[in-house]
This record gives sequence, structure tokens and C-alpha cells, in this order.
Amino acid sequence: MPRTRHVLPGFRLSLGYTITYLSIIVLAPFAALAWKSSKGGVEIFTSTLTDKRVLASLELSFTTSFYAALVCGFFGVLTAWALERYSFPGRRILDAMVDLPFALPTAVAGIALCTLYAPNGWLGKILSPGGLKNLYVSWVETPNQWLVNLLEPIGFKAAYSSTGITIALIFIGFPFVVRTVQPIIQGLSLEVEEAAACLGANRWQTFWRVIFPTILPGTLAGMTLAFGRAVGEYGSVVFISGNMPFKTEIAPLLIVSRLEQYNYNGAAALGFILLVISFLILLFSNLLQAWNNKRTAR
Amino acid sequence: MAGIAQLNLPSGEDATRARIIARNQLARRATSDPFWMKAIVLTLSLGFLFVFFVLPLALVFQEAFRKGWEAYLKVFDDRATTHSIWLTLQVALIAVPLNTVFGLAAAWCVAHFRFRGKQLLSVLIELPLWVSPVVAGLIYVLLFGRQGLLGPWLFEKDIKIIFALPGIVLSTVFVTFPFVARVVTPQLQALGRAEEEAALTLGANGWSTFWRVTVPKIKWSLIYGIILCNARAMGEFGAVSVVSGHIRNQTNTMPLHIEVLYNEYQFVPAFAVASLLALLALLTLVIKSATTWFADRALRNAAL
Repeated sequence: MPRTRHVLPGFRLSLGYTITYLSIIVLAPFAALAWKSSKGGVEIFTSTLTDKRVLASLELSFTTSFYAALVCGFFGVLTAWALERYSFPGRRILDAMVDLPFALPTAVAGIALCTLYAPNGWLGKILSPGGLKNLYVSWVETPNQWLVNLLEPIGFKAAYSSTGITIALIFIGFPFVVRTVQPIIQGLSLEVEEAAACLGANRWQTFWRVIFPTILPGTLAGMTLAFGRAVGEYGSVVFISGNMPFKTEIAPLLIVSRLEQYNYNGAAALGFILLVISFLILLFSNLLQAWNNKRTAR
Repeated sequence: MAGIAQLNLPSGEDATRARIIARNQLARRATSDPFWMKAIVLTLSLGFLFVFFVLPLALVFQEAFRKGWEAYLKVFDDRATTHSIWLTLQVALIAVPLNTVFGLAAAWCVAHFRFRGKQLLSVLIELPLWVSPVVAGLIYVLLFGRQGLLGPWLFEKDIKIIFALPGIVLSTVFVTFPFVARVVTPQLQALGRAEEEAALTLGANGWSTFWRVTVPKIKWSLIYGIILCNARAMGEFGAVSVVSGHIRNQTNTMPLHIEVLYNEYQFVPAFAVASLLALLALLTLVIKSATTWFADRALRNAAL
């Protein structure tokens, strides 16, 4: 490295402090994780990765996170579009509200969502089987029997099922998509849309052929972040999931239960696997971001 | 628009004026959505925000006040509850200043200097955000726990870290690690270092340049980073739950206490404690909006 004299002082002090602090807080514990999971040898990894309960929990974590990321992607783009392009009363308040999952403790979100979607909760009451029928019957004085029969079987179990887990993960992941897409929509130049209109495109064609390809990489990057966050999420999920082994037990919860059984090597192995997965997701998201920067560069 | 319409057109050129206005209207129509599309987008996004954000928040307060004010206030007479609040404040009071000092140091060297491995350093600073909270707790158990790397040595010296305050503080520091740094660094980068260099040229030393030029310059994003860090520090659940051991009156922070109360079907106390944290979250969002507005204004002023 060429020795350059810096005009500003404090380079060594600030860099030294940063690296020391980073080593104590982040690197040393990671070293402990690597040490502990290597202690079990290769066997502990193969036995972890062939354990039916582990596989079931990983599959559950991945599928629920995937569906949650899809929902976040759809509503996230709509919300970012509305916040940037439309003016309506309360826009600023809504814009601030989007960050709620960053500020609200996960345990609070967890018990609130669980109570909301429990079979006797505000929303759970309507969503559970027969809930719509009950709502209809209680609202109308002389219910139409044909409609009652039609509504009777509609509904599903929201809380204490994989649907409940997905609901909690949607809550957690939503701001990641909005906050990634919003600046891209802000940076879209109106001239491009005007040019599309001049060339004879209608609004729908302008959206699908001009706007959508531009915001696609950013949307995917945001969804990947939401997915990555969702795979490791714990606090908001444990209340609403019901925690049934093989059915509604997510991977982070399995680490906790292994620790509670003093199975430290097993917990370390599963923790190491989760860590590698989140590294890969983060890497993938960075690649998407690079693609996005290329797409939006002017 | 108005500027164009008020152009000093010679009289008798009304036709030109009309053409300009018509062209602008056309351009506006080409870049704005038809009414039906606005209606659909707004209904879907507002409906989503109502169901996922407004309803859960409203429910927290509704459940907390289900049995009235007196029952709500009585919750805070309980010793375990007051202890959990006190412990949470203690943890935040240690963790937030530590990460603030770190955030400033990291921002100073990443924003102001070029050096080898800067990219790697930035990634490592961001890393704790993407680690599962459970893994964040687990790594400290593996380092300091009885079966851990330093466990036997700590046991010999009779130092308790896991299932005690130091463990809770450490795991909280870990999960809130990047918050100040990742907010302050881009702001400092965007504002440049010309003012610091000017101060040094005028004879100020390093420290007074830092305190009198840099800190006032970035104060809004610094406040934003600190309150975000604080909100997460007071609300962290997964990581703390793994290292704390859930000992009532000793290692139960507010979020852990909420879990205990909820699992004991004590819903009013659980939601009463939760309502405090929900209020903290709302306050955080208000301060966040205000500070980002001020920070953006500072950036715009610097660009002018």
C-alpha cells in the first residue's frame, strides 16, 4: 500500500478502535461457533442434515419465508409507488409507519399478531372456518340460506399453522422491500415515461415495458433481504406458530430447543448451517443490488 | 407550470399560450396514473398497512386497557415487572453508548479515508443485521457458557457472563452493533470533508475539529442512529432469550417478561408491558421522521 499522508488526523485511532471492537463483539464469538461446530466433526453435520426434524424445520422456514417474500414484493412495490407518486392525506404518516417493524420489538409484534389471528381474535374470528358465515348471519336479519351454505365451508386456520408463520414473516419483511424500491421509483426520470407516451404507449404498456424492468432488480433485492431476515426470525414467530415439531417448528426454534437439552454440538452445527445460509442470501442480494445499480445508472 | 403560463407572451398570441398549456397537460397525463388505477393501488396498499400495521398496534392498547386504567396501572406495582423495566433500561444505557462510540469511529475511518480492506470492513460491520437473533445468542453461549471456549476458565475465576447481565449486554451490543455506523457513515460521506480540512488549516486540533465541526454536521443522522439502536436494544428478544436463562427478578428483560406473562395467560399485564414498548416504537418513528427530514435538509444545503 502506498504510504499517503492523510490531511485529516485520527485514521489509526479510529481504524484501530473499529477493528478491536469488531473483533471482540463479532469475530471472537464467530470463532467460538466455528470451533464448537468443528469439534463434533463431519459426523455432526451429516447427522444434522439427515435428521428428519431438522429437514422439516428448514423446509418450513424456507417455504414460509418464500411466500412471505412474494407477498412483501407485491404489496411493497404498490406501497412504494403510492408513497412516491400519489399525494393523499396522511401520506407522511404512512411513510413513517412503514418502518414500524424495525422499531416495534418482535415479542410485542408476536403476541399482537397471535391474539389478532387466534380463533377468537379480531381477524381470526372471520378467517376461521365458518367465520364469514357467522359474520353474515349476525349482520343480516333474514339470512339467505343459499348464501349461508355457500359461506359455511370458507375459512382456514390462521394462527398456530404455517399460515400464521407466514403472516408474522410478512410483517417483518415488508419494510425491506419498500425501502429498497422507494428510492428507485424516486429516481425514475419522468422524461422516459413521457418518451414512451410520445411513442404511442398507453399507461399500461409504459408500466410493463419501461417502469417494471427498471424496478425489477431492486424489487428482487428487497425481496431477498426480506427472505433472509425471515429465515432467521424468531421473536415474532414463536407465539403465532404453535411450535409443533415436524409441523410448525422453524429452524431457529430448533436451535433453542437443542440448547435447552444441553445439546451444544448439535445447536452449534445447526447454527453454523443457518449462518452459512444467511451469508449466501446476503451475497445473492448484493449481486442483485449490483445488477440494479447497472440498470438504474444514467 | 405556472412559470410557463405566465411567460411574457405578446398580446394576440393566446393561441401559443393555449398550446403550451395543452402540451403540459398532455405530458402530465402521460406520466400520471388514471383514476381507477390510483384507486386500486391505494386501496390495496392502505388495506395492507391497516391489517398488518394499524390493527396489531391498536390491539396492543385495547388488550392493555381491557380492564380499565386501574388494572393497567396495577401491573406496574408488581416487582418482577418493575425489575424487568429497570434491567432493560440498564442494558440500553450500556449498549447504546458503546455502539455510538463505535459507530462514530467506524464512520470516521470509512467515510474519510481510503485503505485496503475497506469493503470487507463495511461488510463485517453490516453482518450482525443478517444473523438470526438465535444464532447471535448461541455464539455467546458457545464462547462464555459452561461448555464454551472460555467457559472453564471463567468458572475457575467465578465470573458469570451467561445467564447474567454481561451476557445480556453483550448479545444486545451484537444485534444493535451496526445501527449508528450504517446511518452516520453515508451522511458523513455525502457531506464530504472540506469543512474538517478548513478547521485544521485554521489551527484547530483533531479533537476539537471532531467535536465542533463533524458532530454538529452529522447530529441529525447521529440522533436517528441512536434512537434506532435504542429501540432495538430495548426490544431485542431472540438473542437475549438464549443467553438470559429467564430468571425472574434477575435476568428477565421487558420482552422476556412479556413472553413469561403471555405464556401464563396473564394477558392484561403482558399487553400492558408491551404497550410501553409500543409507545417507545411510535416515539422512535416520530423522531426518525423528524431527524431524516433535518438530515436531508442539511444535505441539500451542503449541495447548494
